[in-house]
Amino acid sequence: MKRVSLMVMSLIFLAVIHLSVFFAGFFSPYDYAAQDRELPYCPPTSIHWVNKEGRPLWHPFVYRWVERAGGQRYQEDQRTPYSIHALTRGAKYTVGGMVTWDRHLFGVDPPARVFLMGSDGYGRDLFSRLLFGGQISLFAGLVATLFTLTFGVILGILAGFYGGWPDAIIMRCVELFLALPWLYLLLALRGLLPLHTSPAQAFLLFIIVIGLVGWARPARLIRGVVLSAKERKHLLAARSFGASDLYLVRCHILPEIRGLLLTQAALLIPQYVLAEVTLSFLGLGVGEPVPSWGGILATLQQYHVLISKWWMFSPGLILIPVILSYGVLSNSLQENRSQVGRWIE
Amino acid sequence: MIISSALWLYSLPICETYLGPRTPVGQIMRYVAIRFGQAILLLLGISFFAFAFVAVSPGDFFQEMRLNPQISQNTVSRFRTQYGMDQPFLIRYGRWLKSVGHGDLGYSLAYGSPVVPLLLVRARNTLFLTGTAMFLAWLSALSLGVCCAEWSEGWLDRVCLLATSILLVFPELLLGLCFLALAVRTGWFRTGGMVSPGFEDLSPWNQAKDLAAHLFVPALVLSLGSLPVLFRHVRTAMLEVLDSPSIRAARGHGISRHRILFRHALPVALNPIVSLFGLSLASLLSISLLTEVIMSWPGLGPLLLEAVLSRDVYVVIGATMLSALFLVMGSAAADLLLYASDSRIHPEG
Repeated sequence: MKRVSLMVMSLIFLAVIHLSVFFAGFFSPYDYAAQDRELPYCPPTSIHWVNKEGRPLWHPFVYRWVERAGGQRYQEDQRTPYSIHALTRGAKYTVGGMVTWDRHLFGVDPPARVFLMGSDGYGRDLFSRLLFGGQISLFAGLVATLFTLTFGVILGILAGFYGGWPDAIIMRCVELFLALPWLYLLLALRGLLPLHTSPAQAFLLFIIVIGLVGWARPARLIRGVVLSAKERKHLLAARSFGASDLYLVRCHILPEIRGLLLTQAALLIPQYVLAEVTLSFLGLGVGEPVPSWGGILATLQQYHVLISKWWMFSPGLILIPVILSYGVLSNSLQENRSQVGRWIE
Repeated sequence: MIISSALWLYSLPICETYLGPRTPVGQIMRYVAIRFGQAILLLLGISFFAFAFVAVSPGDFFQEMRLNPQISQNTVSRFRTQYGMDQPFLIRYGRWLKSVGHGDLGYSLAYGSPVVPLLLVRARNTLFLTGTAMFLAWLSALSLGVCCAEWSEGWLDRVCLLATSILLVFPELLLGLCFLALAVRTGWFRTGGMVSPGFEDLSPWNQAKDLAAHLFVPALVLSLGSLPVLFRHVRTAMLEVLDSPSIRAARGHGISRHRILFRHALPVALNPIVSLFGLSLASLLSISLLTEVIMSWPGLGPLLLEAVLSRDVYVVIGATMLSALFLVMGSAAADLLLYASDSRIHPEG
């Protein structure tokens, strides 16, 4: 029971984070590339309810950050409060590449700025960049997993179902790929491909590279399941009735490997998200100004940012609950596979 | 790629026919020989694959130069001719194989020297770091794992389980950055590089101290990164053994706890631990890439990254091959270790 509620909790968290990342334009107050050169490395804006005389204003408001004389420190200009409006008009954005809109969930009037998580070196809102960066990092993980598993399923079924020389060749290749250090391979493959690419190309390249590197393990696991499923009585019976290979695979083999696929997906997605973050941290992911979590973390390689701008760690911190939820998910999938199987039915 | 995998495929039965009788020693020799052949074919496969990739992907080392207005188009093309980059792909691969025969693995355009000496220095630094880290990780995983299994559900066990759960969800990247921030902020540890400037002038004792100060943070991060998995395996294996009738009987005979743990239980629990040890042995050259880049440790990782960013392809290929070779050799060594530690297991041909 406890496991199931943990699993539900992590599912809810994952749904929330994926939805908010998908609708990043709506939830973020600014465009990811909008700069405010007056406010580089601005700390998170604090949201007030009570003004400086101690009178509550009954709605949340912020003060404007102004530079203190000398140095990079900021202080709040407490003379005028700027209230936070819901559903304000702001920069245009598109959702899912189709709908264009200009309403944002919240925002403040222009001279003031609301930086929920501070700003980066160009004065860009880190909260907005985090949401838009999640579009790259999280969805790269999802799509790469989909790609890898499709690749793995096709090759695994081919190897397990037909046996013989396809099996031998595929399994040798699996051994070859399993023997390679995957991060080195990822870097090497990325290095042999063109460096300066558009964000969409970089995204696509990442997925292809991950697919090339990662298909081996799922393919081997699936082959094992297919090998045992192939000898089941009902499958032999279906074959003797003259069922075609395609029918057998679709109706008898695929249901057998569904549980395995789910568990593998829950294991692989966080790995690939981390791989994307690592690659863009190393400067091989999508380029500026498009944000990705690794790219934001890469500014921490400068020591002055590392030691004094703690809010720049936020993309790393958001990774922890993501990894945790996927971990809980894969654990509970492994433990009560039969139960989960019943839910799916 | 296809050629090499086909070769590999056919190498197995051939090896089987020509390699000695099935005596224990003969079996090991056979196994080593087969693994060796596989490693060579693997390296051939990787290099061929990499060359094919380079041949089809646009741009090369001199492309950056072409953007520089001070270097004329002629100079660039002369450079390319000089380094043989205008030749067809198979000829370049053949030349590269010849340079492998000389023990060079090609020529680094960015460093202006053969690849192998470059790689060896960096690999030594990496091994120094990962060796220390693995030693620390295994020492703490073994001692903590044994203690936690003996006093399971005790306070130490709870603390360790909680700590490893936290470490398990902490990405290595974040761990490295946090420790680096701590080290820079407090100034307790040296960061950046492997030695301080003016290292040569120090006395041997001070040299060792300086090296250790630089080594501390990266080694700590690496060992913390691999500790959770090791600890959990050791603990699970020990728990299983400690629950067995033989150990309960030993306890009933009044044998001391220390002796039971380390003379009776640990050797039995060693099987999964040894294969895990083999894995960490195999990954010695490849696990530390990210940590090295974060801590700017002059190992194989930063070299590979620089080479990738400047498209110095022979260094990329060489570094990948070296770490792959290490992985293959490490996993072979792991199997042999397993064979040595447990006489019920025989190496398969």
